[in-house]
Amino acid sequence: MNLQPLIVDSINRSVLNVFSTMLGVELDSGEASVERSMPDANDGVVSFIGVAGSWAGTGSVSCSPALACRVCSLMLMTESTSVDEDVLDAVAELTNMIVGNVKTDLEKEVGPLGLSIPTVVFGRNFRTKSAGTAEWIVTRFPWEGEILLVKLCLAPHEKSAHLLPHMGNHVCALDV
Amino acid sequence: MESDVLVVDDSAAIRKILQRVLRQTGMAIHTIHEAGDGQQALTLLGTQTVDLILSDINMPKMDGLQMLAALKASDQWRHIPVVMITTEGGETKVAEAVKLGAAGYVRKPFTADQIKEKLAGIIEPARQL
Repeated sequence: MNLQPLIVDSINRSVLNVFSTMLGVELDSGEASVERSMPDANDGVVSFIGVAGSWAGTGSVSCSPALACRVCSLMLMTESTSVDEDVLDAVAELTNMIVGNVKTDLEKEVGPLGLSIPTVVFGRNFRTKSAGTAEWIVTRFPWEGEILLVKLCLAPHEKSAHLLPHMGNHVCALDV
Repeated sequence: MESDVLVVDDSAAIRKILQRVLRQTGMAIHTIHEAGDGQQALTLLGTQTVDLILSDINMPKMDGLQMLAALKASDQWRHIPVVMITTEGGETKVAEAVKLGAAGYVRKPFTADQIKEKLAGIIEPARQL
């Protein structure tokens, strides 16, 4: 089952819908790519949410502190100038809604899935690493001169990768 | 008559948004109470009377479905209408909420109009002066 096209389409629809409905912002569709999990250094705000079921993985939303403050200001209709609890909470809820809507789309194909409670990290020069070798579908949404990054890594629960050849001779967990 | 409403969500952001949206609906609302999970909600109901509960499903400690089951099992609270507000669009959890006695559900993201439409008939519109 190749879920990649469905996931890319679903992430775009979900992000555009959440931004339009909750923030009053009309975004353009994001550009998607498939990337190996790499422990790149991060600056800013990163939110994670777990997906569990017959397929399992992690969804993530990341952006600069300035974009995170902008999300909070628009969502709560307040003025946010620094990353505080409200900002972290707004980014967590944004992640919950975006990945939650993708999850609902995916359930039509793979059956019931569960979502964890989101976790948000804010800092400078930190690295994140997800266990396993699966690839991430990464979608970049340009907004106010910066990039909001939405990532999803999903694999069949009982095997983290399949044995079909893929680009560069490595295996892809999203294409079984 | 003005209604008292309880908003249950682990996200403070969603609780603030719902506070604002509820005030914008034009419904006759007196007080909006807040709780961060089902357990907090049940504790608050021990001291406060409410006419309507808006609740998330996916929450830590006690989720919305567990809270709904506890409410409907109680002679004191089973009459309170509960509207689920959730990202859970899947049939399973929504069907479970309806089976447990939820008065309805609204999917996140939501608009003020969607909340207003769902609450029409549950709480009264504000009287025009």
